[in-house]
Amino acid sequence: VAAFGGGAKRSLPGRGIAPGFRFTLYAALSIVLMFLDQRRGWLEQARYVLSGAAYPLQLAVSSPTAAWHWMQESYVTRAELQAQNVQLRERERALELKTLRFEALARENGELRGLKDALPPVAGRWLVAEVVNVELSILRQRLLINRGSRNGVFKAQAVMDARGLLGQTTHVGPWSAEIILVTDPQHAVPVQIERTGLRTIAVGAGDAESLALPYLPANADVKPGDLLVTSGLGGVFPQGYPVARIAEVRRDAVQPLAQIRATPLAQLDQLHEVMLVWFEPDHPAAPADLAGGEAKTGNARLQPQTAPPKAPAVHPDASAPATTPAAPAKAPATPAATPATVPPAAPAAVTGPAQASTASPQP
Amino acid sequence: MNARLAEPRGRMLFTSFLALILSVLPLPGWLEIARPAFLVLTVLYWSIAAPRAGGIALGFAAGLALDVFQGAVLGQHALALTVITYIAVREHQKIRSKPAFQQALIVFGALVVYEFIVFAIDGWSGHPVTNPVRWVHTISGAVLWPLATAVLERSHTPR
Repeated sequence: VAAFGGGAKRSLPGRGIAPGFRFTLYAALSIVLMFLDQRRGWLEQARYVLSGAAYPLQLAVSSPTAAWHWMQESYVTRAELQAQNVQLRERERALELKTLRFEALARENGELRGLKDALPPVAGRWLVAEVVNVELSILRQRLLINRGSRNGVFKAQAVMDARGLLGQTTHVGPWSAEIILVTDPQHAVPVQIERTGLRTIAVGAGDAESLALPYLPANADVKPGDLLVTSGLGGVFPQGYPVARIAEVRRDAVQPLAQIRATPLAQLDQLHEVMLVWFEPDHPAAPADLAGGEAKTGNARLQPQTAPPKAPAVHPDASAPATTPAAPAKAPATPAATPATVPPAAPAAVTGPAQASTASPQP
Repeated sequence: MNARLAEPRGRMLFTSFLALILSVLPLPGWLEIARPAFLVLTVLYWSIAAPRAGGIALGFAAGLALDVFQGAVLGQHALALTVITYIAVREHQKIRSKPAFQQALIVFGALVVYEFIVFAIDGWSGHPVTNPVRWVHTISGAVLWPLATAVLERSHTPR
């Protein structure tokens, strides 16, 4: 209190007019900022610069935990390493066995679709990013990763881990990007129930470990244990990637809608590494485009559900992208990306490594 | 007088920077929920103790930093902090003369106003977060206030 008294003298002269005027000025400035920022893209450049400036501090803040992890990792005992090695080998064998039939199935699928060759996988390219351990906000499920537009990351890019869908990028800085997880209340994924093909939207429930399916009627055919996969609508995620498993279905006699909760497959609580994925825009399973590329993360209710997936017949003419750069083709799939942030490797990925020479354009 | 005026400005920026670090530092579960808004408390302290050194400009800048770090709508925390620093700057003499307990109550009120503005803008920008957890920091912030003033006073009073 003594210190407060000391300051009283010098604050007197400037007190009269300044605060009210300044208040109006800064309040107006912040309101203008909010309006500009809500209209997407208007402040992207400013955000880009600001997040670049913030990144060193975020790295510094996360360095103690990073150092701790590093210490832990470098003092693992030999026995632990061996055990881990055995485990990993077993897992690798299991995965190999699983993929043995994959090529044959892919070819068969291609034939069924009337193509002469198997489709290349829809994920053209991916990049592993590490999670920077920073608290962004307790109320929102957000993550910061150590890859940014310098690595080709663009806004509204799909992010996964080995088990399922994780979320998408919201703000991209030069060296870092912010990810919004599927469990964030602000995030909505267009999904499909794998067993029945029923389409709906999964919204983050906001409690870090579940998704809600608020738009299904009480008589919908949903059971606990059903797998939710992405439906390919909405323009961000391609079709058929696992998202969550239904945990609980409550049907209340008075409520017209069922109350459904699902647990995400990705391990959201113990994330160290995530994968950023680039999809091949021409692929039939690629994310279906929206008219304006609007409302990616916003209100689920605003996302049109009626956008048809691309017809399989238009697919690859694999020889054409090989000669012409895929610039026009990839534009619809990444509507939010500015030209500068489109990954440079995308044209190469579109052509695919092996299929380019053999596939014929006509079914 | 100029020397004394110039002095708290450096201290002010330094302590605000530390407070910013404290508010983005990763913390385990329950601590994270109860984490007081360190930066808001620091800005409040400076706008009461030395309203001319930082005042509303400091509030705006700190809010903008919070917006960037939390990935919020740019201007959200800036507006909330501008409002409460304005109140604090206007009433700084009244607040200063109050005993610590009453100051803590006033700070509690300011934090509630702050959180309410943030909450309202959340709702306006299309994603209301109605989780009651968001109000916890107003209480922990008020509880921490006497300690925070003691620490911050040390940072700039001539010894």
